[in-house]
Formats: sequence, structure tokens, C-alpha cells
Amino acid sequence: MAKIKKKIKTIKIDVDKCNGCRACEMICSSFHAKPKYSSNNPARSRIRMIREPLQDVYLPVYAGEYAPAECMGRDKYLIEGKEYDECGFCRASCPSRDVFKEPDSGLPLKCDMCEDDPPQEKPLCVQWCVNDALTYEEREEEVEEEVKPEDVEIGLESLVDKYGLEKVIDTVARMAKKE
Amino acid sequence: MRYSETGYNLEIDLSRGNIERVETDPKLTELHLGGLGTNAKILWDRVPPETEPFSPNNLLIFSTGLLCGTPAIGANRTIVTTYSPQTLLMGYSMMGGFFAPELKYAGYDKVIFRGKSPNLIYVWINNDKVEIRDASHLRGKGAVETAELVRKELKEPNAQVAAIGLAGENRVYFASIEHGRSSASRLGIGAVMGDKGIKAIAVRGTKDINLARPAEFIELCNEVLKYIPHRQNNPVPGVMPILAVLGSPQEMKIYDEEWHTQNFMWGNARERKKDYWNKEIEEKWRETQEYVRKRLISCYNCPVQCGAIISIPGLSTYMMKCFSKLTYTMAAYSDLDFGFRIAQRATEYGVDGYSTPQVMAFAVELYEAGILTDHDMPGMPSDNEGRFYWLLDRIVRREGIGDVLANGTYWAAQQIGKGAEAYAHNTIKKHEQLPLKLGMLNPIYFLMYSTGEKINITQIEGNFPQAPFPTKEEREEFVKDWIQVPDERFKQYLLEWEPRGERSIPYYPTVEMCCEIVDWQERMHYIDDALGMCAGLSSFPLKPPYHIHNYPAFISSATGMDIDKDKLWEITTRNRTLVRAVNVRRGLRRIDEKPPEDHWKKRFPELEEALLDGYYKFKGWNREGIPKKETLQELDLAYVAEDFEQRGIIKDGQD
Repeated sequence: MAKIKKKIKTIKIDVDKCNGCRACEMICSSFHAKPKYSSNNPARSRIRMIREPLQDVYLPVYAGEYAPAECMGRDKYLIEGKEYDECGFCRASCPSRDVFKEPDSGLPLKCDMCEDDPPQEKPLCVQWCVNDALTYEEREEEVEEEVKPEDVEIGLESLVDKYGLEKVIDTVARMAKKE
Repeated sequence: MRYSETGYNLEIDLSRGNIERVETDPKLTELHLGGLGTNAKILWDRVPPETEPFSPNNLLIFSTGLLCGTPAIGANRTIVTTYSPQTLLMGYSMMGGFFAPELKYAGYDKVIFRGKSPNLIYVWINNDKVEIRDASHLRGKGAVETAELVRKELKEPNAQVAAIGLAGENRVYFASIEHGRSSASRLGIGAVMGDKGIKAIAVRGTKDINLARPAEFIELCNEVLKYIPHRQNNPVPGVMPILAVLGSPQEMKIYDEEWHTQNFMWGNARERKKDYWNKEIEEKWRETQEYVRKRLISCYNCPVQCGAIISIPGLSTYMMKCFSKLTYTMAAYSDLDFGFRIAQRATEYGVDGYSTPQVMAFAVELYEAGILTDHDMPGMPSDNEGRFYWLLDRIVRREGIGDVLANGTYWAAQQIGKGAEAYAHNTIKKHEQLPLKLGMLNPIYFLMYSTGEKINITQIEGNFPQAPFPTKEEREEFVKDWIQVPDERFKQYLLEWEPRGERSIPYYPTVEMCCEIVDWQERMHYIDDALGMCAGLSSFPLKPPYHIHNYPAFISSATGMDIDKDKLWEITTRNRTLVRAVNVRRGLRRIDEKPPEDHWKKRFPELEEALLDGYYKFKGWNREGIPKKETLQELDLAYVAEDFEQRGIIKDGQD
């Protein structure tokens, strides 16, 4: 199978270096304003500081995938005696909390690594983090070009495993008739 | 659309429980920018000079600066303005942190309080929704504690809270307003907040702040962003550590306290310990600081780490701001460990870190002199540190002698009598000053101490070196990249300034040069205070990233107003003059404009008079320090001149 090159973009977060200034939030919202930099509003930011100064909790988190449903439970992390907020490390924009949503429309936000034309050298949050709590790394990885099974196929496979092929075929045939 | 500002103030009448969102006049932004400038205008227009600080008619204004909430690095200051109970003059104190940007994002440039609440309340500003809420359960709570309780009660971890402690509730004349790692401490504005019955203000905002010319503005920000690390990595040689870099001062980062401990006075601003610092103390203090300091922290959108989270086992965590680290230590003749411990209690009580230790050291001195006795101080411990805790507890509760001391050294001395006045030796305009006592009169500092409206030297001094560099080579080196000067001639003043001989203090810089140097330095503070910019990135350090040459572009591209250097110069002169006018109407005159008598050993009465004359003339003021009619008219302040005439402060046709 052929090898292909894939660019891996990483923002490394060193929480010990974070001084809690929220410049990352500010500049993220400013960069993503339309036109660019025309306004700013940290509530629109795709990076969010979880910040509990008296507990010495300083945690920048990036917006990831949209999740339509809440998890069944909520996580709380305790690291070196510091309690991190419920779902503190989670990147999802989900119904259980306000973060990573446009404040007016409620639409989900997602970090896009500041894709730009011409490309930015680093995401803006990294550029503005002078104390290097956020640093940027980019590397290329060679990966096997593989034919990935489709999601449906994965799902069906698990059903076949559980109920047997015949039962699945019957069910699909019956459903097709109904439609 | 309004750019860089929201265009709305929040007006809260506490007596009637009325809340209004009021659109502001854009013309006022053109005339005064914002922050301190527009605060002074509001105070002039709306609070008559005969108003007592603790009158319901006194206003308490929380203002953002014009650039707060924009990407301008370090523009995060809240400018709080009212009439001070201690000086009886206009009090404006400022704090960094996160409050001002959050208020902007909530959609307001200022919150203006009038009246008085019958009960203790707190105010919750959540974008358009503003509530006055009961705070009776918060009575007596610490300022830091209150902020935590309010955020929990509101279930809003992102709310920014400014709160008072016990001192503000009990109207202590040097009570502060605390907000995270910052506080608006000077001039007793926390007492006015307490008098109005406001325990705390919580704010959360999720709206946009717009820029008029974003591409141009962000370019300017990028230059500052690049310059800050460059400046931090290249300290100015030949000056003390805290002046060598940016920041206001970076006390929590720096261990080397030789300069402060040996040059500032110990006790009640009395004793200089020239040989205090040694390796052993340095090691001990470093250990203390590293043990309690959990993290170096910053204000909103600023990389410079001036504050720290301080966590002492057994005490609740707090955040330390710059010089309070040493003021208690030195006033009590103690060490850094004591300084950190008592500052924790003082922060919760909400008191000013400059005045409070001096008031306590003053009380101890009076006791030792027999002016205050065991009758006044029943049960006071015998050890110095114990006495300081004992006094602090009584001052913030106004218990016994604490009730007298809570008015500060000037008023307390008047009340105590029996010669106590001589012990209140370190005030200007009734306000305690830094504990500094020096040898030879410095003419630049004489003017700044005498005429500064902030009544706090660190808010007046800054961009010009405090002392001459010893050698010509050092001076030449310094001026090489000194782009911040408003005019090339300032370089010449510095180049020719010698430590000794003909061109040395007190007669050099000359009176005229001193006026220009002072004018430039205080002007930069007036710009910062209108824009909400931290002095630590602008008016306080040497060679800062913000200066008179790039500020006009910042303001113009943010607001869309067309402001060049001359125009900015004019606006600043207007603001400075208006603040003076507010104070003149409150009774400020030449006689009040003097540093403590013992500030310098060697004084020069004739030169000092000449300096004051020169400065007033330079400013277009009369011999009494009152702005002249022509000066006022030129600055679009004709209404001030009319008021002065009506009140007989200036007479038509004469100065």
C-alpha cells in the first residue's frame, strides 16, 4: 500500500508557565472576527482558560468536536491536590456547558489552528503567549494509505457479530419494505 | 457604531434602587478620551464642591479606560473616582486585573453610583441584566472571600468581582477596593464604597468591542508584543533592579531587595538601614518567597508578571501586589515572612498597603513616646509583630484607639493632640507617602511630590531617570535608543546631568527643564489613566513600549478619531487642568503643595518657591496654582473659568 504524508499540528500546553492573562482568548476572538481583528470578545474564543486563581488552577483548553448529547457522567480530575472543574479537560462543545459556543447564536466553536491565507506561522494564541505556556509544533508523519471501512460497515459488522448475518439481513429487508 | 468604547454608562441610584443604561456623548470622548478624563468631567458637572465625601450626593465612579477590552496589551485598568474622605480632594485610584475589560464586554464604559443603599448590597452586572442584591450575609467577610462567595452564589465562575472588606464597611479612610491580584487602594475610595452600602460589584460580559481600523491597530499591538520580551531581556544598566525592566514593579519575581531595604525608611518612616542587606538575609528571604509563592500572575492581556498567588500554610490564599511585600515588614522592623502573613490579613480586610503600615508604626511610636498609653491600648501585646496585628484588627473595626487611627496619621494626630502632630510627619495633602527620606533636594521630585494630583509619587514619576548616570559614556549609551522622549532636548538634559558639580541637583536640571521633565512624566500618566493602560508598560518604567509617538496611532486606529501628537498633547493638558480645577474648587491652594518637611535633609526654600512659580507659569496657572481664565478658555474649559469667577476663585480681569 502507498505511503502518504500527513501534517500533524500540535499546541503544547505547559500549565506551569501560564500567567493567566487570557491574551490567548482575546486574540483568538479577534482573529476570528469578520473582518479580521475588527472586534474582540473572549466569549467567542476557541480557547478557554479554566481559571481558579485561589486553587492555582490555570488550564487553557481548546475547542474540539461538537457533541450533540451530554456524556452519561461528568469527570472531575484531581491532580496534585488541585481539583479541576467538571469536564475541565474536555474539548467538546456540548449541551452540558456554555463554553465553546457563540454567545448570541449558541452555535458550536472549534479551533481551526488559525488557518489563513497566507498561512500564519503559528496559531495566534501561541504568537501572543509570550511566556511560552503555549508552544506550537508541526511535524510530518508518513502513514499507510489504507482503505478505511465506512462507518456504516463498522456498525453493521458489530451487529452481525452480535445477532448473526441472517438476522441482520432480514431486518434490513423488512425496514426497506416499510419505506 | 462606537469604536473602542461601548458608548453607554450604567447609572445606579442606590437610594432609590434605580438602574439606567445611559448613552454617552461622543463629543466627550473627543475632548477627554475616557477613564480619568471623563470621570473628572462627570465629577465637575455633577458633584458640587461642598459635597461631603460621605454624602449620598457624592458619586463613586468605576470607569474603564478608552482602550480597555481592545487587544492593546496591558489596557486593563479600572479608574475609580470620588471625593476622598482623607484628603477631601478628588480621589482617583486605579486597579488592574480583569474588571474593566469584563465591564466593557458587558456593554458599559462606566458604572456611576449615587445615593446610598439602606442595606448592604452587591451589584450583579450580567450583560444587559443588572441587579441590586442583598449582601447582608457577606457583612464582615474578607474581600477575597467575598469575591469567591459571590461567584459561587451566582454560579458564574467567569464573573469578575471587586469587593471591600471590613475596612471599607467601617469607612476606614485608607480602605481599598480589592479585585484579585489588584486593588484600588489609595485615598480611601473603599470607604466611600462602604458608605454607599456596596459590598461588591460582580460583572460578566459576552459582547464585542469594535475597532475602527483593525489592520492598523493590530500591527501596532504586534510591535508592542515584540518589544516587551526584548525590553525584559535587555535591562537598562545602572539602575536598580525594579526600574531596569518593565512592570509595576515586578516585586514578586525579584528577590534582590537591597535597594528598597537600604534606601527606604523603617518604622514610622524614620530609620534608614544602610547596611541591612547581606547574603544571609537574601537567602532567607528567597526561601520565604519561594515557599509561599505558588505562581507568578498577570492582569488581563499582559505578559508581564507583577503579581503572585501567595499561599501560606494555615492561612487562606491571596494574591500579592507589588510593594505591599515590604511595607509591613519595614514598618514593623520585621522580616519577609511576617510581611507575607500580615498582608494576607490586610488584603482580606481591604486596606491600602502604603498607608496602613505607616499608621500602625505611627501608633507604636506614639505609644513609645508616652503620648498614647496603656489606657488607650488595653491589652496590646508587647512584641512589635503582635502589636501590628492587634492594631490592624482594631483599625478595621474602628474599635477603641482603632477608631481614631482609622482616619490616617494626619487626622488621628489632630484628634490625639499632645504633640502627636509631629509624628504624622510623612503626609502630603493629608495622605501618607512612601517611607523615603533623602539627603539633597531633587528639584524634579520636589515638583512631582508637591503638585501631583494623585498624591502618590509612583503615579507621577516615570520616564525620566530618577538620578543622573555617573559617566558620560553611560549617558550616551542610554540616550542612543531613547525614542520615547517627546523632544530631542530631553536627551540633552540627561547628557549634561552630572552627579556632582555645577550641573547637578538641586540647581540642575534648571527650573525650566524641571517643569518640562515633570510635565512630560505626569502627562504620560494622564494618558494612561484615560486609556486604562497600565503604568508598568507605559508611564512608570524607562523606555516603555507605549509612548507619546505611538499612542496617537493607537487611539486613532481604535476609535476612528483623528488624533495626532499635538491633539493628544492638548487633550492631556485639558484633562490635567480639569482635575486641578476640581481640586481648586475643593479648596486646593499653593500652601497645600509641599512634600513632608523631612523628605530631604538639605532644603532650598528660595529654589523651591522658584520651582513652584515656574511650574504654575508653565501650566498657565496663577501664583496660587489656579488655572488662569485664558488657559481654561484655550482648552475648551470656559465653563470652569465662569464657575471660578462666580465663586470668586478668580476675578475677572486679574489672576
